[in-house]
Amino acid sequence: MENRPLEYDYTVAKMFMFTTVVLGIVGMLVGVILAFQLAYPEVNTILGEGLAEYTNFSRLRPLHTDAVIFGFTFSGIWATWYYVGQRVLKVSMAESALLMFLGKLHFWLYLVGVAAVVVSLLMGITTSKEYAEFEWPIDIAIVVVWVIWGLGLFGLIGIRREKSLYISIWYYIATFLGIAMLYLFNNMEIPTMLATNAAGESGIGAWYHSVSMYSGTNDALVQWWYGHNAVAFGFTVPIVAMIYYFLPKESGQAIYSYKLSLLSFWGLMFVYLWAGGHHLLYSTVPDWMQTMGSIFSVILILPSWGSAINMLLTMKGEWQQVAASPLIKFMVLGSTFYMFSTLEGPIQAIKSVNAIAHFTDWIVGHVHDGVLGWVGFMIMAALFHMAPRVFKREIYSKSLMATQFWIQTLGVVLYFTSMWIAGITQGMMWRAHDEFGNLAYSFIDTVTVLHPYYTIRGVGGLLYLVGFLMFAYNMYKTMSARPVEESELQSASPMGA
Amino acid sequence: MGIAEYQAYGYFGLTAFLVFALYSYIYHLYSTDKKDGGHDYENYSNIALNDDISDAPVSPISDDKEK
Repeated sequence: MENRPLEYDYTVAKMFMFTTVVLGIVGMLVGVILAFQLAYPEVNTILGEGLAEYTNFSRLRPLHTDAVIFGFTFSGIWATWYYVGQRVLKVSMAESALLMFLGKLHFWLYLVGVAAVVVSLLMGITTSKEYAEFEWPIDIAIVVVWVIWGLGLFGLIGIRREKSLYISIWYYIATFLGIAMLYLFNNMEIPTMLATNAAGESGIGAWYHSVSMYSGTNDALVQWWYGHNAVAFGFTVPIVAMIYYFLPKESGQAIYSYKLSLLSFWGLMFVYLWAGGHHLLYSTVPDWMQTMGSIFSVILILPSWGSAINMLLTMKGEWQQVAASPLIKFMVLGSTFYMFSTLEGPIQAIKSVNAIAHFTDWIVGHVHDGVLGWVGFMIMAALFHMAPRVFKREIYSKSLMATQFWIQTLGVVLYFTSMWIAGITQGMMWRAHDEFGNLAYSFIDTVTVLHPYYTIRGVGGLLYLVGFLMFAYNMYKTMSARPVEESELQSASPMGA
Repeated sequence: MGIAEYQAYGYFGLTAFLVFALYSYIYHLYSTDKKDGGHDYENYSNIALNDDISDAPVSPISDDKEK
């Protein structure tokens, strides 16, 4: 035992891989149910009138967003952190009993938090702030989980053998710091039992309820500073961390320009935090703030494309790998969707475009080409790359992987194209008026017109879910059905037929 | 001078500063690249490519301690 050579310890990475798959299925399944509820309202009572409280759109919607953001995506971020972190710092978790303990504590407390979130959201307990629905006891638990991750992260950095921090590490650090700041400030709240109302009554409401410290316009500003930067530091920064490691590693190619990766990093850090105001265009926040949100959103194209182009150029001279490897396909398409989504977002943030796009399904389409095409593809690719190494087995089926790729790509395309058409139709119909200024359409007119697109969206989402189930099956079979390999490959992942 | 004029000067000044900062950083990256005591930035890609626990670190932390 003592004489065994030192190895990387993937115990915690494996735990988070498990929750990535499970919470991915939960989040996406709820999403598909919601999509069909919008197309076919009777799905709201699919389990009968008695259970309608738990199956209606408004009860399930935060469960979908939070399961996908805080469940699937963050599990993926941590699964990759506990894998990539050790490798690029060249230090094993097995070398520190404390870091190992913190890693496991991180996972188990996170799981308790997830259970509390699922139960409380299904019971309808919510602060009603979008993506920040958790009440104060859960917020405190999340802060504890976050601090434990931070201790593990900086602890591992502290005992590293590699002096320079690889670019992915910078992105993971930024994720940690960014979310910490955003989450704390947006969730400033007073438990109602400590508050006194205007009539002098105190101890109002259940013990777990709270009121935000912000109200009105301030609340909106803080909320969308948070909301947009949750996209930045949850859906962009850590996913860029992943692609900067996994694409070079899988393809065996060095990053096209390491200097460009540094420049893009600082560009992204500086610009992203100012763009949140674009969620509040044409609302009651100061005009200069709206203009600033628009301008920074457009500037954001530069650092985003800096990273994305850097990744595509990393494949220079090796494009045959895209045809040969489904794993490279996922990452190259992910990077392409990143470029596409980071061009679409700034376009929507331009005031004149936003006049049509705001509140429509085009926004929903934008979010989903980003998360399905970029975040989802990249996290699955990362897990596919990790699986043969952490389980020491070939990926169970290459053809299943390729089939999954095409089914999901079709799903994403159906999703965003239907939402483009639906969104712009909606925006145009809301604005249409006659020569006297009377609105040309009522709300129900738009609902009737949009019905086919909502159905197509539901089908697109369903295809993506089917692909994800194929991914889950492939992962399960990889860890259970394949014979254990002796040695680990340097770059391309070994795949079964 | 009204508030609008102050804003216009402020806007110009800020833009000029940001352009200056951006190009300074690019200049810094290229001027310190591969110089004595500087960084071999492109070599850092190998931190990911050679990341076995038995691989030699690209820039070992013990270098520091020897200095």
